[in-house]
Amino acid sequence: MELLQLVIGGLANGCIYGLVALGFVLIYKASEGVNFAQGDMMMLGAFVALGFGNADQLGLPFGLAVILAMAVMFCVGWGVERLVVRQIFGQPQFALVILTIALGFVFRFVAGSIWGYTPLVLETPFAGRNLRAGGIVIGLADLVAIGATLGLTGALWLFFSHTRIGLAAQAASQNQMAAYIVGVPVMRINSLIWGLSGAVATVAGVLYATRGAIDPNIGLLGIKAFAAAVIGGMGSLPGALLGGLIIGVVEPIAGRYAPGELAQMSPYIIMLVVLVLRPGGLFSQMQMKKV
Amino acid sequence: MTVLSVRNLETFYGAIMALRGVSIDVDEGEIVTILGANGAGKTTLMKTIAGLMDPEKGAITYKGETIARLAPDRIVAKGISLVPEGREVFPYLTIEENLKLGAFTRHGGQAQDLELVYGYFPILKERRKQAAGFLSGGQQQMLAIGRGLMARPTLMMLDEPSLGLSPLLTQEIFAIIARLNAEQGVTMLLVEQNARIALDTAHTGYVLEMGRIVMSGPSERLKASDDIQEFYLGRTEATERGQKRWKRRKTWR
Repeated sequence: MELLQLVIGGLANGCIYGLVALGFVLIYKASEGVNFAQGDMMMLGAFVALGFGNADQLGLPFGLAVILAMAVMFCVGWGVERLVVRQIFGQPQFALVILTIALGFVFRFVAGSIWGYTPLVLETPFAGRNLRAGGIVIGLADLVAIGATLGLTGALWLFFSHTRIGLAAQAASQNQMAAYIVGVPVMRINSLIWGLSGAVATVAGVLYATRGAIDPNIGLLGIKAFAAAVIGGMGSLPGALLGGLIIGVVEPIAGRYAPGELAQMSPYIIMLVVLVLRPGGLFSQMQMKKV
Repeated sequence: MTVLSVRNLETFYGAIMALRGVSIDVDEGEIVTILGANGAGKTTLMKTIAGLMDPEKGAITYKGETIARLAPDRIVAKGISLVPEGREVFPYLTIEENLKLGAFTRHGGQAQDLELVYGYFPILKERRKQAAGFLSGGQQQMLAIGRGLMARPTLMMLDEPSLGLSPLLTQEIFAIIARLNAEQGVTMLLVEQNARIALDTAHTGYVLEMGRIVMSGPSERLKASDDIQEFYLGRTEATERGQKRWKRRKTWR
């Protein structure tokens, strides 16, 4: 019973890691680099939603606030690609790493200067409500997290496999030159992907905020989500989600049954084990580039 | 009527001048081939026309419009499609998805064109739900040509369609290129190292060496030329001593 309780809470946490990891993978596939500001985009998304939704701020209805926050963060992601990342196109990958780390600091500073550094609570319609079923208590927020993640993943899957633009985005990530050749506007697609990843980060941020208070430093969760993306195989969307779920479930279980600080180390231990046993990640889509 | 005319084109790879003032004309309905050794600048010429590289100097005119320095997607939409060297398919997408992406710049009429492509390459229809990465080299080449065709181009540029293919498959591919030209009226610009089959298929030819056009003319005349015979078709002339004359110089040097 206790185990089941831990697993459900872990799955909900894992969904958040998974969504942030999804953002890592989306950008990795589009810009061939890691966006280390992904966690901070999540944080900023949560604060924007809080700014729209909380009664002492703009006080809009919760659903509307989340949708507006997603739209704002889509524009932020889109603008970051369009105005900043595109300028370093053709530079070594390391340039993007440094650039996004710096962007993360900027986001943290922006959030801190608008909303302050004391933890704030996002007002949600389902805060603190629990469901009881046969001896276990399930937080409504946990269920919402799992449901929203399922819905968002499904929507992304439909977008990438069934729309013309989604197909073009897949093509651009698989073979950029060929995408140019068939007439896909690769740069515009990349901007779109950065926007999408901003919107996904917002959902993750809101889900995080439904489970506790937020402050400008929660973006550090991005490091764990990065481990999740690596576990899943950096290039795979389902892998990222699975990696997030694995970390999310293992963490509380290790916290309950394993000694000491093992719980906090567990994501990285799993990452190391996966890297040793399957260097490409669980869902590797690796292929040697033919010359 | 001239579909494409290139004038004094100069393109650089960093500090290296890959094209040193190339001028060519492609007439409507023709197959034009560009011969040349490795590093002559053939692929650079194709990439520059397709908009993948920007020229430093010179003009590219397509149907009377200047297209140099346009973005690649604009050039595809105008009716020039490139079948790149080394095929460059999308490995994890299915064959059908690859073909549909070929028509990315167009709206409508895709189903009809799919049937057209499948008509020329029945094997693609058979395997249309498989990932393109699993196709053999020859089938990937067919897919690349089919993908180029899906853009419904006026001018199709083929970069080394015989690369890595067996002689038999090469002949098959070139037969289809000739058919596409005759039946669909697609003008072809063909870059090829296999000079014999290229000259047999093409109407007109250019010889590109070290970034310059050194010779041009109808392919019959090129085939008959001593230089082409010796340096591109590999004729060994029996001399009095029964040896190849290694010291012979090209007339254009």
